[in-house]
Amino acid sequence: MTEADESVHTDPAAIAELTDAARASHLGAGASGAVEGYRARRTLRLHVELRRQLRRRRTQLLYGFLVLLPFLLAVAFEVGSSNPNRRSGGFVDLATASAPNFVVLTLFVSGTFLLPMIVALFFGDTIASEASWSSLKYLLAIPVPRHRLLAQKALASAVLSFAALVLLPLVAFLVGLVSYGAGEAVTPTGDAVDFPTALAAIGMSVVYISIQLIWVAGLAMFLSVLIDAPLGAVGGAVLVSILSQILEQITALGSLRQYLPTHFAFSWSDLIATDIDWTNLAKGTLSALIYGLVFGTLAFRRFTTKDITS
Amino acid sequence: MRRIPRSVFRWTAFAVVAALIVITVVLVTRPSSTGQQVRTQEKVLTLVDGPAGKRAPVAIDTTLYLPEKTPAPAVMIAHGFGGSKRSVDADAREFAAQGFVVLAWSARGFGRSGGTIELNSPDYEVEDAKQLVSWLAKRPEVRLDGPGDPRVGVTGGSYGGALALMLAGADKRVDALAPVITYNDLSQALLPNTGSTGAMPAGTPAAGPFGADGVFKRAWAGIFFASGMGGGGDAGSSGPEAPEPGTVSGSSDAAAGGDAAAPAPAPSTGGDTAGGDQGGDAPPAGATGGPCGRFGLDVCKAYAEVATTGVPSAETVALLKSVSPVSVTSKITQPTLLVQGEQDTLFGLDQADANARQIAAAGGSVKVIWYAGGHDGGRPGPQLREEMRNWLAYQLDKRGTDPGTGFEYAVQGALRAQGAPSVRVVRAPAYPGLTGAPVQRQAMAMSGAAQTVINPPGANPGSVSSLPGLSSVLAGAGGRLSGRTSIDLPGQSAIFSGPTLDEQLLIAGSATARLDVSAMPGLPPSKTGAVLFAKLYDVGPDGTRILPGSAVSPVRVPPLPVNGDSVKVTVALPGIVRPVESGHYLSLVVTTTDQSYATPLEPAAYRIALADDTIAVPVVPGTNVGGPAPVGPVIGIIVVLGIGVLLVLAVALRRRRSGRPDPELTDVPLVIDGLTKRYPGGLVAVDDLSFRVDRGQVLGLLGPNGAGKTTTLRMLMGLIHPTGGTIKVFGQEIRPGAPVLSRIGSFVEGAGFLPHLSGADNLRLYWAATGRPAERAHVHEALEIAGLGKAVNRKVRTYSQGMRQRLAIAQAMLGLPDLLVLDEPTNGLDPPQIHQMRSVLRAYAATGRTVLVSSHLLAEVEQTCDHVVVMHRGRLVAAGPVDEIVSGGGEATFRVDRPDVAADVLRGISGVTGVAVDGSAVHAELDGTPRSVAIGVLVSAGVAVEQAGPRRRLEDVFLQLVGEDS
Repeated sequence: MTEADESVHTDPAAIAELTDAARASHLGAGASGAVEGYRARRTLRLHVELRRQLRRRRTQLLYGFLVLLPFLLAVAFEVGSSNPNRRSGGFVDLATASAPNFVVLTLFVSGTFLLPMIVALFFGDTIASEASWSSLKYLLAIPVPRHRLLAQKALASAVLSFAALVLLPLVAFLVGLVSYGAGEAVTPTGDAVDFPTALAAIGMSVVYISIQLIWVAGLAMFLSVLIDAPLGAVGGAVLVSILSQILEQITALGSLRQYLPTHFAFSWSDLIATDIDWTNLAKGTLSALIYGLVFGTLAFRRFTTKDITS
Repeated sequence: MRRIPRSVFRWTAFAVVAALIVITVVLVTRPSSTGQQVRTQEKVLTLVDGPAGKRAPVAIDTTLYLPEKTPAPAVMIAHGFGGSKRSVDADAREFAAQGFVVLAWSARGFGRSGGTIELNSPDYEVEDAKQLVSWLAKRPEVRLDGPGDPRVGVTGGSYGGALALMLAGADKRVDALAPVITYNDLSQALLPNTGSTGAMPAGTPAAGPFGADGVFKRAWAGIFFASGMGGGGDAGSSGPEAPEPGTVSGSSDAAAGGDAAAPAPAPSTGGDTAGGDQGGDAPPAGATGGPCGRFGLDVCKAYAEVATTGVPSAETVALLKSVSPVSVTSKITQPTLLVQGEQDTLFGLDQADANARQIAAAGGSVKVIWYAGGHDGGRPGPQLREEMRNWLAYQLDKRGTDPGTGFEYAVQGALRAQGAPSVRVVRAPAYPGLTGAPVQRQAMAMSGAAQTVINPPGANPGSVSSLPGLSSVLAGAGGRLSGRTSIDLPGQSAIFSGPTLDEQLLIAGSATARLDVSAMPGLPPSKTGAVLFAKLYDVGPDGTRILPGSAVSPVRVPPLPVNGDSVKVTVALPGIVRPVESGHYLSLVVTTTDQSYATPLEPAAYRIALADDTIAVPVVPGTNVGGPAPVGPVIGIIVVLGIGVLLVLAVALRRRRSGRPDPELTDVPLVIDGLTKRYPGGLVAVDDLSFRVDRGQVLGLLGPNGAGKTTTLRMLMGLIHPTGGTIKVFGQEIRPGAPVLSRIGSFVEGAGFLPHLSGADNLRLYWAATGRPAERAHVHEALEIAGLGKAVNRKVRTYSQGMRQRLAIAQAMLGLPDLLVLDEPTNGLDPPQIHQMRSVLRAYAATGRTVLVSSHLLAEVEQTCDHVVVMHRGRLVAAGPVDEIVSGGGEATFRVDRPDVAADVLRGISGVTGVAVDGSAVHAELDGTPRSVAIGVLVSAGVAVEQAGPRRRLEDVFLQLVGEDS
């Protein structure tokens, strides 16, 4: 028994206070049987869930890392820069041509692993961590209806993920602006996209990336309700993403690869062009939505019918 | 009872959703694929060909592809140079799947056919083809226009395209033709001269002057000749495909990857594969051998002559012209679709332009398509092939809509980070200059002083423009890369530049420039004339130079006056399609050497100036077709979103069905009726449990560990689904998320807090999550009950087990619920805390609320509760007021030194019954006699009474139940 425990006691006055309060208030019940003041659609509102999540150390660390990453990249380019011609080559070689190029590079290097991981973290952790803290049953006993709990959790995770997906290019843009100036975006063929168009293209890219990652969100959510261990849910979703990218490398699979959920992960780079071809963007959106819908429906089915035992 | 239909509903809904998704995926990803069964018939036909007097039989290897429905119009597909009928197999099947009878054959000198290569000679290859048309007319599967006249179209790539033109010119029975990346005049294709001292031909976008005394295109001619010799190469039908609007990047880089791995520098395009298909399709024995391979002697001699001297004789030029479509285009009146590549240094856009002009002049209707491929850029992709099939389907069968006689050209956009470059298609109403107005030409200023260039002795080192053969590999990686390989050598190049553009200039065709060339005084000019190469570069703001299409315009200027007087020459710059972005500028470079051409070896020096300070750049305005707009995926997105909305609506509708309350029970906190929980595997955790809790009670749910107490409470909270029976709280049936749960405060099986928040924050956020008014929470009072002191502001992860437990009980009390459910609330608390907890619970119930406490300790229940329900193995054992059950009525137990004596004494008291001896204890039913009176009687009888009290019948039972658990 710790020292703190020794001071733990209930003052007899507190009991009196409680019973006074209890005698003074007797709440009626509505037609649905709910206590006066309870309405299902007011339970676990978005700002409440965001407050619960934002004060977690892992959320803060993640956002901190996303702020830091562009600085790390910029420093890396300062230290390692030996090529005076900054306007030819691939996206990586072009990174220091202008602020938009730097943003494009940042999104490019984080697209394979970091961005799916962020989404997997927010969505995969959300139910599983409540289960692991045993707080899930108390939320359900409020009662937050199960469909609403899942929907609100998904919404909060979406807000947090989107904030992360905006934060990274935003910081990269500011870092790029200070380091490389507000020039036009240069594509690997030397096509120049003027600064305002490049900004719009980057904005659309962030929106596309967010949509494309819906499949990760759905999968992570599904694993989150399936597995009570947060690490299993997050890790599982990231693992599937990596597996899909490995299969993507196997050219022998040919056009079968377009069914892989990560196949269109980089189609946003089509937006950084003078003439935008929307085909792959549309296909990527469709692919992500189908995966998202399937996994989301599975998650929903599973969560609304399962016995909560944790 | 409702459970079965509900689960059926769920599964049905799920199956419907899954089916919809699968259908969407299939519809979107596999658009129209007719998937017809195609039958083939292989046959070697013996035809008779040759010039009059020298006619001889020749064996021609054919394959006939039959569609499902016959008779049908026929399509003849001629293969490219170095290929065979097998190299057009895939194309033939695509045509047959669309309902055509398809005839593919190996031309003379290729594949298993006999004979020698005569380069589409009218006496040989064209004669063969005519006889094939006659043969088709005899086939019952082919629809006829008249006796001996089949309904037939001809198509083919490169060498095969030329045959299509030659056949259409020679045989009126051909109803339509679609030649692909082919030539108009072989002498101009292999010996081009794009300069003219006279006027340029009129208003078409890619017209070339086709001047005499061309410069020998030795690199391509060598590859061409070598592939006719049957040397190496792949036998596959398909080289890389040209990029198309909306190409899935994956498939095209797979194709390019395969090509890059091919051992020979094979310009594999449209079946025009370098090298024969020797793999299992060997030519007849005796047909090869000798320096000429399978070439006919005339052809072989002509090549040898040009290749050694670089200058053709008049006979050679005449021979080449006689086997070229130019000899018959004036007779072609059939509808013609000319498909030409923009990445083609062998047969450029000027060749198709000449065909178009000549056929239009003869009265044929011409549709022209320039696509983003060619001999350097890949064969037509699936969209273009489909367009060609649809064109022939309309011309031969009036199927589909009229494709018209418009003009389409592909514009390659930016290179993507991955996969193929993006392509858009611009469509104009007609090919300019054929029948309507001439092409628009925009004057672009060029400036630069006169410059001196030298032709080094031996023409070495030479400039590099294209890499025939290799260009197609580079093109596979993204067409515009090949435009970066060009090298101009200093001293050999005169450079003229235009101003920086302030808007995009889309060049579509062949620009013209006028040059002023003079010999350097004192140096003897070349007697064969000055050979120059003009190139038009797109120069980016960073100085990156791109040579669109890798194309150059070779010019042979007539011998220059020795006195240094200049000769003015008009040059048709290469036919290209190139969007020159704003900020870029055009640069005209004139060099004296090019490694792909045979250039004069003797040293020379020239002064080159602009005769005209503008160049005329053709532009063809049109509507931007883009790719096919991604209609399929967009429809798919809408469908998927629609399914999502439907699912949400379905769930919302189902949520609306709320249970009807039981009016008799609205004031009863809890009624459990027949509750059963059976797990898969046979374990029955709760078995037909029924009991009732009334207002104001503190009810103890008593049972050993594993009795089913916690399972019951979880079902009460709606966390797990009962297998049978009902739980009603204030008359409302409990389901997951039932609103009446809001009247229950619960603590079941351990605390659940967010470890990163303090105790106080946990309670505040928990209440915030309920969405109920903050003033009804009574957080302060609840925290006082928990009595954590200053610890409430510490993070919960620092709490001890007991502290968490107290905080959890406080959380259960938030909002002062009407029914408080606590599962083993005293576990982990120390005795004083347990004592306090009992007072709290009793005081709480005294306010008119109800408390349900589970415990495995009898004493706990006895001391805390007024009512008890005893469970064992999921079943109800006993239920009732604690006093009744515990004391078992008026029975008493006495612990004495002489039990037998005591029993006799007790029997003596009037009204006392049921006396029994149990070891040192004596039980008796006192029936109203106070225990003190009985003790007095016992003591006065000399019996020493150690202890006296109510008989604890329950404990007996309970101890038995619990066994070793206690």
